[in-house]
Amino acid sequence: MHSRTELIMKILFWASGIAIILFLVGILFTLLSNSIPALGEIGIGSFFTSGLWRPGAYGEPTYSINNFILGTFMVTVGALAFAVPMGVAAAAYLAEIASPWEREFFKPIVEVLAGIPSVVLGFIGLVVLAPLIARFFNIPSGINALNGAILVGIMALPTIITLAEDAITAVPKEYRHASLALGGTQWQTIWKVTVPAAFSGITAAAMLGMGRAIGETMTVLMVTGNMIARPESFLDSVRTLSANIAIEIGDVAFGSVHFHALFVVGLVLFIITFIVNLLADILIHRKPEVNK
Amino acid sequence: MQILNSGIRKTDKMENNLNPNFACETNDSGNSYCEVQVEGLNFYYGSKQALFDVNIEVKEKGVAALIGPSGCGKSTFLRVLNRMNDLIPGTRLEGRINVHGEDIYDPSTDVVELRKKVGMVFQQPNPFPKSIYENVAYGPRIHGLKNREKLDQIVEESLKGGALWDEVKDRLHDPALALSGGQQQRLCIARALAVQPRILLMDEPTSAIDPIATQRIEDLVRELCQEYTIIIVTHNMQQAARISDFTGFFLQGEMVEWGETSQIFTKPQDQRTEDYITGRFG
Ligand SMILES: Nc1ncnc2c1ncn2[C@@H]1O[C@H](COP(=O)(O)OP(=O)(O)OP(=O)(O)O)[C@@H](O)[C@H]1O
Ligand SMILES: [Mg+2]
Repeated sequence: MHSRTELIMKILFWASGIAIILFLVGILFTLLSNSIPALGEIGIGSFFTSGLWRPGAYGEPTYSINNFILGTFMVTVGALAFAVPMGVAAAAYLAEIASPWEREFFKPIVEVLAGIPSVVLGFIGLVVLAPLIARFFNIPSGINALNGAILVGIMALPTIITLAEDAITAVPKEYRHASLALGGTQWQTIWKVTVPAAFSGITAAAMLGMGRAIGETMTVLMVTGNMIARPESFLDSVRTLSANIAIEIGDVAFGSVHFHALFVVGLVLFIITFIVNLLADILIHRKPEVNK
Repeated sequence: MQILNSGIRKTDKMENNLNPNFACETNDSGNSYCEVQVEGLNFYYGSKQALFDVNIEVKEKGVAALIGPSGCGKSTFLRVLNRMNDLIPGTRLEGRINVHGEDIYDPSTDVVELRKKVGMVFQQPNPFPKSIYENVAYGPRIHGLKNREKLDQIVEESLKGGALWDEVKDRLHDPALALSGGQQQRLCIARALAVQPRILLMDEPTSAIDPIATQRIEDLVRELCQEYTIIIVTHNMQQAARISDFTGFFLQGEMVEWGETSQIFTKPQDQRTEDYITGRFG
């Protein structure tokens, strides 16, 4: 009787695990099979040659996604450049300094921030951030990579704060005691012992925040201007890989080369995200030379 | 209560065959040479009192051991001396604790300076997840030393002081956590020495390591007490008898007896001490 229930549970759990693997394989298969017509027609190389993405051009359509990769890269790196330091500082504050009362107050705020729909953040980018950026840099429009980077950074913050706080909290208190007993201040203890000891967890937090940033579509689409030209700086308009798909998929003829080319863009995005998450996972599970 | 102080007064009269410098005396002008003086110490965790009117004086250099059954307040007492109890919320202290004649609970006391002067070694070896070198260099670094040669020199001296140099001199940049438990504990001692303390507090430093490593630490303690004042908590009465010059016996937060180790173990003044030492309880 008992073992029977156990067996059923075991099968259910096993099946759930398998289902997840099947979803992943299914997604990859769909992307691949829909990419193949485009890859066959245009060749994989032409996606990465210099030039523009002009799938609808008369005569010779071109399919270079270099500028989109650059745009994605700029938005992501820009976002992390401020979200990681800010997130780690907030996490260190929450884990090490904040009173229980402050923690109770701050935690729900972080959760609310995580729950804001990206469209809403896009609005804020349009009506608040864009004029601010335009005025600050004295440029005609604040619809650019910087705007997208700031918003995506804000979106990545809750992930980074939550995971980094977990990592910092998990640092054994014995390390803190050792530092304090040597005459270290609380500040020195946090920055020279606790945060470094949580390094792999914090890196993982940054990577997962990055995973979130890379794929972010709606906000970015609303505030970065989506020009296909090569951006020269953060004050230029950019189009990201994900935004490109979202913009064009509605207008494209089903089954056309252009349609399948968009799947290639999706495949590239999938591979990048997959690698980032894989690295994060390795970092999370790599126990720093303890337990010896 | 009268036992507490009489233990100290007696020391003047007793022949001190272990370390003649150790007994607390007063000089001609009436000032004491005491490294640590504790007067009327009461300590509370919230409303729960953990230490009751503790009075002792510890003189410069030598080893003072604190013994007593589990939960009697030995660790609490030790943490009072470098104010590590400050980290525990809701604690309260009454009485006066002088280190080198200065009240360490005076509002003007610099806790950083106090902890530099009064080092601590914990029960569980707790090296940082850094290299051997970085562990030892940590203290001097946070106190502002940047000069690489100076640091190298302090690391070497401290590791020698911790009797670990010969074992690690060729792998100073290996992770400290790859050392054995006994080596880690000696590293922690070296790390504490690197900030040049005057007093070393040790809370059961050998209870988490094997007998051979324990032997090494005991030898080291005897060596270090030529230069440092060592106050060591131990569960192990044989250890207290082997390594200490003075012994204090705690029972339920009271310092029942404090005196020369040889006297405590051969002619205890208090029945409770005798019961404990002869193994009738604890
Ligand atoms: N952080 C704390 N909060 C509240 N009570 C505490 C705390 N630490 C210790 N106590 C209490 O104070 C008393 C003395 O504890 P302490 O740890 O000083 O004993 P100990 O002699 O070191 O014991 P052991 O030999 O087991 O280490 C005990 O009753 C203990 O429960
Ligand atoms: Mg203890």
